[in-house]
Amino acid sequence: MSKGRYNRIKDKVFQVFGISATFFGLILLAIFIAIILYMGLNRLSWDFLTALPSRFADQSGIYTAWIGTFWILILTTLISFPLGVGAGIYLEEYTEESGWATFLEINISNLAGVPSVIYGLLGLEVFVRIMQFGSSVLAGSLTLSLLILPIIIVSTREAISAVPSSQKDASMALGATKWQTIWNQTLPAAMGGILTGTILAISRAVGETAPLIVIGALAYVPFVPQSPMDQFTVLPIQIFNWVSRPQHEFVINAAAAIIVLLILTFSINGIAIYLRNRWQKKLG
Amino acid sequence: MRTKERIIEGALAFCALVTILTTVGIILVLLIEAINFFEQVSIIEFLTDTQWTPLFANKHYGILPLLSGTFLTTLIAMIVALPIGLTIAVYLNEYAAPKFRKVIKPALEILAVVPTVVYGFFALMIVTPFLKQFMDLAGFNALSAGIVMGIMIIPFVSSLSEDALSAVPDSLREASYGMGSTRLQTAFRVMVPAASSGIGVSVILAFSRAIGETMIVAIAAGSQPRLTMDPTVPIQTITAYIVQVSMGDVPHGSIGYNTIFAAGITLFIFTFLLNNISYWIKRRYQEQYE
Repeated sequence: MSKGRYNRIKDKVFQVFGISATFFGLILLAIFIAIILYMGLNRLSWDFLTALPSRFADQSGIYTAWIGTFWILILTTLISFPLGVGAGIYLEEYTEESGWATFLEINISNLAGVPSVIYGLLGLEVFVRIMQFGSSVLAGSLTLSLLILPIIIVSTREAISAVPSSQKDASMALGATKWQTIWNQTLPAAMGGILTGTILAISRAVGETAPLIVIGALAYVPFVPQSPMDQFTVLPIQIFNWVSRPQHEFVINAAAAIIVLLILTFSINGIAIYLRNRWQKKLG
Repeated sequence: MRTKERIIEGALAFCALVTILTTVGIILVLLIEAINFFEQVSIIEFLTDTQWTPLFANKHYGILPLLSGTFLTTLIAMIVALPIGLTIAVYLNEYAAPKFRKVIKPALEILAVVPTVVYGFFALMIVTPFLKQFMDLAGFNALSAGIVMGIMIIPFVSSLSEDALSAVPDSLREASYGMGSTRLQTAFRVMVPAASSGIGVSVILAFSRAIGETMIVAIAAGSQPRLTMDPTVPIQTITAYIVQVSMGDVPHGSIGYNTIFAAGITLFIFTFLLNNISYWIKRRYQEQYE
């Protein structure tokens, strides 16, 4: 066999290998999810969604867990969105190429790489203990807000830099101040990208378990939080608690709760992708 | 008017300052509590003792078993994620039609979107029982946790590596084709070497991500710190230890409370170094072809 022909065969073989690798993870995930559906779908019912936790698996539900997740989702958004967008605007529009800007940038890229469980330690010491918020929804939301801040900042910066500078220059030329230009021109044009990034970040927060366990969110909370200062649990913690039990019935509960959590995260991500596509079309 | 602009700029600067405060907060919190820890335990014992049993009556405070657990699961994850992730990157960049690439890249991100607690369930309830049919495996083990973690970080490797490959100018590829190379030769002899710094960054970031991963190992790898490289027995990682202690009621000021910060600062040092190395490589080499 000639060397050229041998090389072309190798080329073809790698192509097949490449396609297999590309689908390997996705197919495994599909199989996993199919097994979860098989295990948990029968357990899903209105009762399961509205029942309080119980030490009997068949009476136990995820009411407190998904209400807690909802609380965390809302509060984390309210805290992280303004902070992240503000910081993104500052970095993109108010800092020149300087040592200060580089320092901020390195710092944010570092924060994005800090393991989530470390944010939990920060939250435990600062929010739970020093600020005395206790293991409350507020302490949890603040912790998760810091965790997702880098994601929101980076996507805000990307969205702002995608806005054509001609649009900003035109506004400035008409006599608008810097902030008027940002508020009336840049932000509306960049909002699609900013929202996409924020929603993806929120989806990350909704799936987080470790930092909330570290700040002391409980596995067993027999009531629904009434205020941000109340104790809480969330879906991932409830799942973790059930997975760790030896009885098979609780594992079934975990599978059912996972179905709910996956529906939630996939829908949030779906919204983000929809927004991104629409925004990218508009931006041309 | 001018005052208003000033106030707004100040408010925005404050938002940016929060990120600095976060870093300072993390470092201070870890340092202060770790210093409390090292007042009671010598740093020599911490680094050389081969047992970690702070919750037992006979207390030992050697971080090595937690470190070995962390690196064992990370190693297994990298063995899964690196070949697959890099193959995907090369395939998408060199072989796949642009349309296919546009669809499959976001699809692969789904792997990174699934909450880690769900991956933990996969590892414990599906992968371990499956592997048990072929080998002698404990119910909790590093192998399943590592494999599943590897699947989760595939998109970290593939996405960033593909970005690095597509940043290589087309002229290099065309020159290679012009010499009569196949796509495979072009990919591995021209494109991958040219994109090596970017690929290196993706590998380091995936590594750092795997070290810090918590829920998969907390659920599926067990809670028995032991100094071993045997992937079939229960172990414990740094992150899983922090979770285990947090689940119980450990009063502030106790040595048990301090241990999670000593473990935390060890973890932080590793990820901090890896992240900075990757940032430095990125800065140093990103303008190579611009």
